[in-house]
Amino acid sequence: MFNLFLLQLLNGAQFGILLFLVAAGLTLVFGIMDFINLAHGVLYMVGGYVMAMMMGATNNFWLSLAMVLPLTLAVGLVLEVLVFRRLYDRSHLDQVLATFGLVLVLSELVRIIWGSAPLSVAMPEILSGSVPLAGPVRYPVYRLGVIGVGLGVALALWFVIARTRVGMLLRAGAANRSMVSALGTDINRLFMLVFAAGAMLAGFAGAIVSPILSVDPGMGDSILILTFVVIVIGGVGSVKGAFCAALLAGIVDTLGRMFGPIILKSIMDPAAAAQAGRTIAPMLVYVLMAAVLFWRPAGLFGRSVAR
Amino acid sequence: MRLLALSTALTLSFVSGALAEDPVKIGVLLTLSGPPAVLGEHARDGVLLAEKALGGKIGGREAEIIVVDDEGKPDIAAQKARELVEGQGVDFVIGPIFSNIMTAIAAPVTQGGAILVSPNAGPSNFAGKDCNADIFVVSYQNDQMPQVLAEHMNKQGIANVYLLAPNYQAGQDSLNGFKAVYKGDVAGELFVPLGQLDFSAELAQIAASQPAAVYAFMPGGMGVNLVKQWGQAGLSSIPLMSAFTVDETTLPAEQDAALDMLTGSNWAPDLDTPGNADFVASFKQDYGRVPSLYAMGGYDSLMLIDSAVKAAGTEDREALRAALKAADFPSLRGEFAFSTNNFPVQDFYLTKAIKDDEGNYRTSVVEKVFTAAADSYVGECPMK
Amino acid sequence: MTDLSQALAPARPRLAGRLKLALCIFALMAAVPPLAHALGEPFLIVVATRMMVFAIAALSLDLILGYGAMVSFGHAAYLGFGAYAVAVLSRAGIDDLFLHLLAGIAASAVFAALTGAISLRTRGVYFIMITLAFGQMAFFFFVSFSTLGGDDGVALTARSTVLGMPLLQGAQGMFYVTLALLVLVFAGLYRLTLSRFGRVLTGTRESALRMQAIGFRPFPYQLTAYVIAGCLCSIAGVLLANQAIYVSPAYMSWHRSGEMIVMLVLGGIGSLTGAMVGGLVTIALEEGLARYSEHWRLGFGLILVLVALFSPGGLSGLLRRLGLGRDAT
Repeated sequence: MFNLFLLQLLNGAQFGILLFLVAAGLTLVFGIMDFINLAHGVLYMVGGYVMAMMMGATNNFWLSLAMVLPLTLAVGLVLEVLVFRRLYDRSHLDQVLATFGLVLVLSELVRIIWGSAPLSVAMPEILSGSVPLAGPVRYPVYRLGVIGVGLGVALALWFVIARTRVGMLLRAGAANRSMVSALGTDINRLFMLVFAAGAMLAGFAGAIVSPILSVDPGMGDSILILTFVVIVIGGVGSVKGAFCAALLAGIVDTLGRMFGPIILKSIMDPAAAAQAGRTIAPMLVYVLMAAVLFWRPAGLFGRSVAR
Repeated sequence: MRLLALSTALTLSFVSGALAEDPVKIGVLLTLSGPPAVLGEHARDGVLLAEKALGGKIGGREAEIIVVDDEGKPDIAAQKARELVEGQGVDFVIGPIFSNIMTAIAAPVTQGGAILVSPNAGPSNFAGKDCNADIFVVSYQNDQMPQVLAEHMNKQGIANVYLLAPNYQAGQDSLNGFKAVYKGDVAGELFVPLGQLDFSAELAQIAASQPAAVYAFMPGGMGVNLVKQWGQAGLSSIPLMSAFTVDETTLPAEQDAALDMLTGSNWAPDLDTPGNADFVASFKQDYGRVPSLYAMGGYDSLMLIDSAVKAAGTEDREALRAALKAADFPSLRGEFAFSTNNFPVQDFYLTKAIKDDEGNYRTSVVEKVFTAAADSYVGECPMK
Repeated sequence: MTDLSQALAPARPRLAGRLKLALCIFALMAAVPPLAHALGEPFLIVVATRMMVFAIAALSLDLILGYGAMVSFGHAAYLGFGAYAVAVLSRAGIDDLFLHLLAGIAASAVFAALTGAISLRTRGVYFIMITLAFGQMAFFFFVSFSTLGGDDGVALTARSTVLGMPLLQGAQGMFYVTLALLVLVFAGLYRLTLSRFGRVLTGTRESALRMQAIGFRPFPYQLTAYVIAGCLCSIAGVLLANQAIYVSPAYMSWHRSGEMIVMLVLGGIGSLTGAMVGGLVTIALEEGLARYSEHWRLGFGLILVLVALFSPGGLSGLLRRLGLGRDAT
């Protein structure tokens, strides 16, 4: 039982890391640019499709993954220039309307180009096995890889934000946009950079999950809302918050789904417990968010309520 | 203000669309978007192939086929069904793929005066207490495919099995159908939300319990992911037997990960029946892929309608119902008849995923498991 | 109090024009059934009914979003409460429309009061997300409510009756009852937003701090508006269930809540007429475009992007700038 618990903890962490990769870009865009981007999930999907396309062309996993980065960066830049740039000074609601429209347009374009059947991406041979964890229970190497990569990205982001000049400007921009601008920094270029980097991170996340999950036109939708949950629990604009919240959400969701019914069984009859477990499990993440916001109205690491 | 009036008038005429003439009108209501869209595409292509085979005529009359996407959402489907029946005035609706959608569209279609022909979904309530003279299920009853596997496991003497299905009507039907026939122990049972794509947590539970076999029902994209993650989680030593999880809609994505996995079916591309080889060849030629049982269901649905319209026309409702019930059409499955509940009596086979000589991934018949089988809900249906 | 009414005085002349636009919409809608019959397209009546149902929903959201600056991302929950009130009561053998409305409103009021009180502790995007959380909880509750069909939803056997009469059975009856309720909801909200309560609410939107300074605690006003909006939205839910003869948890998914915000922003917030136009136009576009192409979302999405980019204030902003109905909003 304890082994199983550990394994599920690992599964939860892996899910959380994935959420973090998507959420990191979004929380920067949201926190620094004060921009609500519903199209962030679509960028994750585009990453998956670009990966599938590159795999079809090169049949080399590592090369394809390397190509995903510049390509999704380019997609981010194009969108920024065409659409987002015009919306920075507008109300959140106009941003919601435009990005919601963008979600429809991009998803439909993907369906027209690639069809709606799920695509699959082959896993590199070297990562396709599984390692023994305890007894008969094994863990896929690739998922361990995802955890490793996620931790690496988190560290790199921390380094950029805390230790570099760009990071300093980002932190300053988040705190007071007009002041940074007045001090002679080209805030528009900074925004473009942040946005494109966020798009690239989301695309990268879409690419690395493509061998585990299939690539389909609905993949962005399902992750978008959880991503928002994560950045709000963590506190908008805080990468550290997004990281902690993503792990928390991933673990709570996985453990709740698997052990909720077992725990409930000890206090009520099995049929009712199974029913109640199925009711409560999918709610847990939202209950977590409501509870966090009840005690800390600006999230775990949020700065101010007035945002 | 004038602009507003004008735009409202425009909108209204825009919404109204084309007007009905005399031809036989058939609405095709399938899931054509979202992860399971490929199932709907197969069924749609099956219908269109049948139309082509019939020279564009149904029962010798001009025909109009209107394809509509239900988006996989019951509420949208109910709305679209009403639009087809009341707005477009269709005589028949072919659909849906998913059982939960059947619940939503049955009333709008039949109360609106059309006949519903299901190419795939066959929920238990419509076979039993809610059976309806205007609903014909060409495919199967949901319980039957899993029962093929349950019977096979009984024969193999598999002592305990873990069950996995999405939490919706067809998923529950599927597991109940399985348990009604399976004689061994159920090691555990997991329902996942419809649309879930990551099975790592479920696979861990299964690995920990080490059952002798696993039965799963995971249609469309869910099946693709389950099969891919199965091997990755190191579970290859446990046989995964499934219904609607490994077939021609999912194999192109599952590929080698699914090879040799067993499935229950009422049809396979290499089933030796009159006309089947031609159907498979022309489907491959026109749509560039191997047809699945969904494509077969679409094809048979239109052929059934054609035979009934030929025999009885569309005016006399009673005659039309009787002609449909006679099922006097050349099914790709060979022998085919309707029970009193308008669900089929047919053979069922154990099938297996293979890579054929042309390099296509497809299913292949292993053995016949049930002969001329009717479903187990017929007795609850008041229709005689 | 006089300060306040003076501060808001310039808004007054606008209101008459707004009312005129609303009356024109009502008159146009009332002409739909005869027009549809004349065109030989009776199904238009069904489409128009659906358009009005969502116009009611968008109107209710406008009270909190447009006037109170409370962006609720869980508003579809109330659509669900209304719909499930019909499902639960008709299963218990109670078919009366007024009882269905009453039950939907009561359930919504309780839920809105509880969740509103908690949600109003937060501001801005945190408010958006906490309302989403409560909406999702309600959604998952009904998804796993297996006696009412769970995820699959439940088909109704018949529509509600009005004082024992099957008034809603026909498409035309359903249409005019919906229209009547749309007029009532609009009129009620119109009066409400002009009242002292409405002006205080608008004041908290502009500056909660200033309202506090002149002696108003925003919280009770905001909470009351939140509850009223929920109750009004459940009316749309009751109508939606009757119109579709089918109830599903999908009515309360976050997609729906998002769509409601989009409708409202598309039409233009904070004017009531904008909300109404948004609800009507969105459904008309969806239904209309879907007839022409499988890929209708591409066109619909483009329209949304273009409106957002080039027409701040949504469609009513566009009308205003075109000089048409300068007095319209």
